[in-house]
Amino acid sequence: MKQHMRMQDKIILRLGAKFLVPFILLFAFYVQFHGDFGPGGGFQAGVIAAAAFVLYGLIFGLDTAQKVVPKSWLEKGMAIGVLVYGGTGVATMLLGGNFLEYDVLHHHNGQHYGIIAVEAGVGIAVTCTMTLLYYLFAERGRR
Amino acid sequence: MIQSNMPALIIVTPMLVAPILVFVRHRIVARVLAIATAWWCFYLAVSMAGVAQDTPIAYDMGGWEAPLGIAYTVDAFSSLLLLIVSGIASVVLPFGPGSALLAIPEGKNNLFYASFLMCMAGLMGIAITGDLFNVFVFLEISSLASYTLIAMGKSRRALMAAFSYLVMGTIGGTFTLLGIGMVYQLTGTLNMADIAQRLPDVIDSPATRVALALIVVGGSIKLAVFPLHQWLPNAYTYAPSAVSAFLAATGTKVSYYVIVRGIFTLFGVSFVFGTLHLERLLVPLALLAMFVGSTAAIFQTDLKRLLAYSSIAQIGYMVLGLAMANQAGLTGGIVHLANHAVIKGGLFLVVACITYRMHTSKIDELGGLAQRMPLTAAAWLVGGLGMIGVPTTAGFISKWYLVMGAIDRGWYGIAFAILLSSLLAVVYVWRVVEVFYFREASDKSNLEAPADMLVPTWFLIAMTIVFGLYTPWSAGLASKAAALLLAAS
Repeated sequence: MKQHMRMQDKIILRLGAKFLVPFILLFAFYVQFHGDFGPGGGFQAGVIAAAAFVLYGLIFGLDTAQKVVPKSWLEKGMAIGVLVYGGTGVATMLLGGNFLEYDVLHHHNGQHYGIIAVEAGVGIAVTCTMTLLYYLFAERGRR
Repeated sequence: MIQSNMPALIIVTPMLVAPILVFVRHRIVARVLAIATAWWCFYLAVSMAGVAQDTPIAYDMGGWEAPLGIAYTVDAFSSLLLLIVSGIASVVLPFGPGSALLAIPEGKNNLFYASFLMCMAGLMGIAITGDLFNVFVFLEISSLASYTLIAMGKSRRALMAAFSYLVMGTIGGTFTLLGIGMVYQLTGTLNMADIAQRLPDVIDSPATRVALALIVVGGSIKLAVFPLHQWLPNAYTYAPSAVSAFLAATGTKVSYYVIVRGIFTLFGVSFVFGTLHLERLLVPLALLAMFVGSTAAIFQTDLKRLLAYSSIAQIGYMVLGLAMANQAGLTGGIVHLANHAVIKGGLFLVVACITYRMHTSKIDELGGLAQRMPLTAAAWLVGGLGMIGVPTTAGFISKWYLVMGAIDRGWYGIAFAILLSSLLAVVYVWRVVEVFYFREASDKSNLEAPADMLVPTWFLIAMTIVFGLYTPWSAGLASKAAALLLAAS
């Protein structure tokens, strides 16, 4: 008789996921911070980071994943991401420039600092939105 | 800082207050914050319109100059749109304790206001940006927010209405994006002023025609031009009342802006009307919209649905104005944006007052309403006169310009059709007036709507009279916009 096994009972999947998640997250951070030098940036990094959470959720179950990253955090994170982005623009306006005119942030490295701040906002917003999308679809069968 | 950054602030403020609202659980704080934002945007729109109606304001995002970076440009036409969107939002948000909120799940009020502000930011963004791709981005922002707002309606059918609007809106958005992509392919730039300069070189290319077709059709779906209007009645009927008032007054207007910008600023009158004769398509569709929309409105049993079909007819007038492509006609089409916004916004608020008290918007169940809600019924009467186009109301001004435009082009039959279709408006407005005033109410106790609903309603209704007598801010701005658009092409 075929025995019904949950994903987390399969040792290879479980260990594989545990092994991969930190590397996926590390890669996400690499893409995030490499964004102002080469290909990459907040959006791609956000999707990669969300992939780590989705993998975790697939293997260990939705409830465990939601213990690690609660839904309410994600809802707030989406808003925080937008605020970080827009806040950078407001800061440049307060410093006397146009909206998102990074040059006023620093006499030499303004463009770098500005892009890093904006990409951080994008990264947060995208990670949270992608993970929340996964939660919402995964929850659908339960109600 | 505020002075020099006004074009950015009018978009950035609602866009940043929206995520802040996600953290504001307190109902009244959220509401006050949303109202304050709308009023602040209206203040910015008024101060910009004062300058921009004569000399356009340009603003470079991030300090990157125009063809490279994204530029915001505020001229007479866009400042009129900014005034309409922020003005209507400023009136609708304080409306009621509210009728808008009745339909919203408890504890989600802050998300309602957040979506509302996002929708407003998107609509204003379309009007203010000078970058064609930015237009698409803002179009999607406002559309996604408006799907959410419509789905918040009380009846379960609101979900279905929002979904079919989503399908139609996405198709429209896709067409627009394809058109924008082809324009980019042809000219190598997305800045509108730049495109206008470079398009004449490739005007003979078949791709130019396809791009024009895609932009006009995409915009027409969002504008609900006659055969593409199927999403509109359900969306307006099942949305929360305050949302219907806001979207009816602003949503379609902004799509009109996109089409007019596309035709007059990008492709140019001589190409669109001289070579392609687009008016041969637009005029029949506009006439059909005027007659079919008004006739359908006559047979509706629900007030909201009646207003929705009337909107389709009014959109016909606007399209007719742009198809005339002369000073008077285009002024008529553009001024009708403002006039229809206050008339239809006001009438939707009247219906919101009625449903709040009577729990129905079925015309047959509202017999003798004037005895129970005298001020609300009177507001319907005045707003209805505006919609018919009785002299001294706003509706008269738009129809006057449209008739003048038709006569200028020598289209006497069409001038007559404009007058004839106004008679249909008499029928559907008067049918309701008759029910309100000349039938006996079974219960005569006073049920007048509360003051916080009546004041915004009557404010918009009073504006229909104001815009009928004092026109520098409606027809004045519109004729400057028309002159600018015609001079550019």
